[in-house]
Amino acid sequence: MIPASFDYVRPTSVAEAVQALADGGDDAKILAGGQSFIPVLRLRMGDPSLVVDLGGIAELRGVREEGDKIVVGAMTTHHDVTRDELLNQHVKLISEATKTVADFQVRHRGTLGGALAHADPAGDLAAPALALDAEFVIAGANGERTVAAADFFEDYFTTAIGPQEILTAIRFPKYTGWGARYEKFNRVAQAWSIVAVAATVKVEGGTITDARIGLTNMAGTPVRARGVESALVGQTMSEETVRAAAQSAAEGTSPTSDADAGSDYREHLAKVLTGRAVLAAAG
Amino acid sequence: MTTVENDAPAQEIGRDRRRKEDRRLITGRTRWTDNQALTGLLHISIVRSPFAHAEIGSIDTGAAKQVPGVVAVYTASDLGADAVQLPCAWPITKDMKSPQRPALAGSRVNFAGEGVAVVVARSAAAAKDAAELVEVDYSELEPVLDMEEALKEGATLVHPELGTNENAQWVFDSGEAGSGGSAAEAIAAAEKADDQVVITRRFRQQRLVPVFMEPRSTVVDPTGEQLVMWSSTQVPHILKTMLALTLGLPEHKIRVIAPDVGGGFGGKIAVAPEEVVTLLVAQKLGKPVKWTETRSESLLTAHHGRDQIQDLTVAVTKDGVIKALDVKLLADMGAYLGLVGPGVPILGAFMFNAIYKIPAYRFDCTNVFTTKTLTDAYRGAGRPEATFGIERMMDEVAVELGIEPMELRKRNWIKHEEFPFTTVSTLTYDTGNYEAATDQAMSMFDYDGLRREQEERRQRGDVKQLGIGISTFTEMCGLAPSRVLGSLDYGAGGWETASIRMLPTGKAEVVVGVSPHGQGHETAFSQIIADKLGIPFDDVEILHGDTQSSYRGLDTYGSRSLAVGGIAMVKAAEKVVEKAKPIAAHMLEASEDDIEFTAGKFSVKGTDKGVGIADVALAVFAAHDYPEGIEPDIDAHATFDPENFSYPHGTHLCAVEVDTETGFVQLHKYVCVDDVGTVINPLIVEGQIHGGLAQGIAQALFEEAPYDESGTLLSGTLVDYTLPSAADLINFDTANTSTPSTTNPLGVKGVGEAGTIASTPAVVNAVLDAVRQYGVKDIDMPTTPFRVWTAINSAKGTAGRGDEADVASPGAGLGSTAKDMPEGGNL
Ligand SMILES: Cc1cc2nc3c(=O)[nH]c(=O)nc-3n(C[C@H](O)[C@H](O)[C@H](O)COP(=O)(O)OP(=O)(O)OC[C@H]3O[C@@H](n4cnc5c(N)ncnc54)[C@H](O)[C@@H]3O)c2cc1C
Repeated sequence: MIPASFDYVRPTSVAEAVQALADGGDDAKILAGGQSFIPVLRLRMGDPSLVVDLGGIAELRGVREEGDKIVVGAMTTHHDVTRDELLNQHVKLISEATKTVADFQVRHRGTLGGALAHADPAGDLAAPALALDAEFVIAGANGERTVAAADFFEDYFTTAIGPQEILTAIRFPKYTGWGARYEKFNRVAQAWSIVAVAATVKVEGGTITDARIGLTNMAGTPVRARGVESALVGQTMSEETVRAAAQSAAEGTSPTSDADAGSDYREHLAKVLTGRAVLAAAG
Repeated sequence: MTTVENDAPAQEIGRDRRRKEDRRLITGRTRWTDNQALTGLLHISIVRSPFAHAEIGSIDTGAAKQVPGVVAVYTASDLGADAVQLPCAWPITKDMKSPQRPALAGSRVNFAGEGVAVVVARSAAAAKDAAELVEVDYSELEPVLDMEEALKEGATLVHPELGTNENAQWVFDSGEAGSGGSAAEAIAAAEKADDQVVITRRFRQQRLVPVFMEPRSTVVDPTGEQLVMWSSTQVPHILKTMLALTLGLPEHKIRVIAPDVGGGFGGKIAVAPEEVVTLLVAQKLGKPVKWTETRSESLLTAHHGRDQIQDLTVAVTKDGVIKALDVKLLADMGAYLGLVGPGVPILGAFMFNAIYKIPAYRFDCTNVFTTKTLTDAYRGAGRPEATFGIERMMDEVAVELGIEPMELRKRNWIKHEEFPFTTVSTLTYDTGNYEAATDQAMSMFDYDGLRREQEERRQRGDVKQLGIGISTFTEMCGLAPSRVLGSLDYGAGGWETASIRMLPTGKAEVVVGVSPHGQGHETAFSQIIADKLGIPFDDVEILHGDTQSSYRGLDTYGSRSLAVGGIAMVKAAEKVVEKAKPIAAHMLEASEDDIEFTAGKFSVKGTDKGVGIADVALAVFAAHDYPEGIEPDIDAHATFDPENFSYPHGTHLCAVEVDTETGFVQLHKYVCVDDVGTVINPLIVEGQIHGGLAQGIAQALFEEAPYDESGTLLSGTLVDYTLPSAADLINFDTANTSTPSTTNPLGVKGVGEAGTIASTPAVVNAVLDAVRQYGVKDIDMPTTPFRVWTAINSAKGTAGRGDEADVASPGAGLGSTAKDMPEGGNL
């Protein structure tokens, strides 16, 4: 890899990192796991003057329980997310989605915070975060603020994180006992999603009592399939009811067309995959 | 003198030896070209055109020269690189149109990615930084992208000086050749006959990229008496001779070294412009210079493969006997002619008739220039295209006539008792047994069981429908009889050379002219030599890839290394034994006529007296006592020119599950039984088949190198060029039948390309078999979920416009970062 040259710092605390970003100005960029950022540098699609590596900040790693929330440090790797017991138990959807990200090597380096900050419309973790009503903790020169998932994803590759701010943690409410499924559709195992559906449902006595569904790559940002969610709640679990409810999955989406999928195909996939995801989650 | 016990080593040929080269290859202990670190080494970066077709105006190198570490910035004329004519060794017709192919473009670029200038610096990083600062003033010309449009009157010309976009037309007609009837007449007759039908189909071979694992790299050191070039090439010998011929250098002043090479698949059969530029820069500065490409550079500029439009017409009786085959091809050469580019589709001319007894055949291929990256050899070269065409067609005929597809093949194939068989395209197949391979494959596959399951799923209206595809293939490989190549106007012979050096301690160094790049030659060749000389496997060293030690050879491609190079080795081993015999006789104080050689020992018939070959090697080294009138030397050298190609064949059966809701194709079962003649090392054979299958299946399902309307390659990174990994493939059930070749003493046939040649049509036939029930007639490769879904919907006349947008694929990750990333967005 031969990127354009840049300065590099590796702070050991969030405070130092925030300071480094402030000193570095607009051309300073954050390096997390590097799985999206390094390719950008390698292809010279970006030439930051300063790279602030968050890899040395221990407080940004790990998963902990805080009251009725599970808090994941931004620098927790995908691998660690998939292995984490708290997440498996209380926020299964994020574990399921993370297992579908790329391959072992990438999952050992890539981070949850990096993936969410990168906000690639085809990335697999934004739709679950949206569906789960996650909160994003962001640190900057003026201290810390919290942004709701619904306000976090603004556009393609654009989030509520300001140029000199750092995403430090993601807070998830607990969904203990909910079923979860991330139904990813791609051409080969290690490719990005053409469309994917993140579904988590609560089924009690054969009735769906709650449902959260997020769609990947159906717009510039992840989309919540609220029509499907409300059509499901209160219904008796059956293949017919789920498939009928899934018919509204593409409402409010604006998928793109490319060589792998036309927009109509993406809309169709959203419906099919939503049906499959909910059935599997409830199963 | 010693008497020896009969402790003959176990037979090596046929053993599943682990590959001896793998330890250094997979632990990173070897040195690839890019690892060469010479004192004072300079690095180059090539400035490439972003446009497919453009006039080059001024080039401003001022800013680039200011970058610290930059030594020089050269345009084409500074180096004379624009005047170079890179070689094409295969002028397929006398009047073939051949554009000048420079090492760097001087006045006009003809494909996106063509080099226009070069930066030389003390580090690769500085060279790359500076290359971005070279300002080139282009005026864009119309790109030429569609082969059929390119041939029309008034089309934009890639090379106006040629007056046409047609490179050449090459025709074979069995009526004219006397090897069969006239296809035109047979088809005309069939059109009138009540008991025959004429079936016409068009198939498309998409453009592919070989994607070898090691990107290309070249280092040139001009400081010694011989100019030394290390290069990641399949063809060090051809490269050396071609550099001499192309650049007017004395051949004996050039040494080419192909160290360990990380894959090629045909993609490194080339005299690359970058190799020549590296050499010109090194000469100009008198310093060693290195060029190593990036992956994106490789995808964009290393030659591509396939890219044909195939129009096939078959005349067939209603009970399924083929009467004639007419093949019309358009083959995309890209912007220039590669080393063997124009001949690649012509290799297919002999293979469309495949394993079938077709009485009348015509092949008519037109090669076309476009403003795209050039195409040239890619695993199978011409034969996968032909196999795809005929095996897809056999299924189409079966469907039209309502005959079970395997039954249709049986009605037309050459029966085992008919070998040797001379085909309508004039080849003589020495051996084969299509019945045996097919029977074994059908039972391993449980063909009838899967057909039943297919029917059940249809009845049930299962979301996942089963499809079954067949490919009963053969191919011609072991390139090649020199006289045949001569008759095809190929610029070289097809022989191969090997030398054996017997060392004083009884070990053998075997110098071969073939040039391995991942196949496992060192292991298989050591097994052969161990058996032929009766010495331990570990006592054999295979030396290759350096024209200083291996001065004579024609390198590795066309599944030739064993079937041609291996035989040269056997011949050399026989000569070693012949030379050692009189010396052994002298040592044993016996008459030469009484000496026999078995399992490494010369013994006197009817006695227990003998000497080992190692004893003879030591004796000639000392040379204290040897017979009068002979040289104290048992080393030997042999060249083998095959009399015929080798014709591996096999039956490949594929079952796929098509998800009719999403169009996703999942491999369900894959069985192949290949006849590659004698198997030297079953493990290597299986590995070659596996890799070949992966590449052939990838053509069917995954890979494609498309261009947009301005001539930009859309698959410029591995995010966009979809390669499968192990996770996307299934366990392959492979087996071998063996009818040894009778045209070489080992009985071997090639195996390097077989899997790739055979598998593609098996997979596509299976996909179509699953969805034909909905009225689907054909699906272009790769049969992506989007295409399959669109085909099902448009056949059913249901939802789905299938508005396939002509833009970069995955709309994700890097693909969309490049395209969609808004200004000021996150990096
Ligand atoms: C071969 C390959 C395949 C992949 N496949 C998939 C896939 O299938 N699905 C998928 O979802 N992803 C995939 N990825 C991407 C992977 O998930 C990355 O880990 C993720 O996109 C970025 O995380 P990272 O930690 O590597 O961040 P980096 O690459 O280091 O950073 C990405 C961006 O986010 C910014 N950033 C990072 N951390 C922070 C922070 N804490 N605060 C503010 N800004 C920050 C950086 O400045 C940069 O702009 C793939 C990557 C590769 C290399």
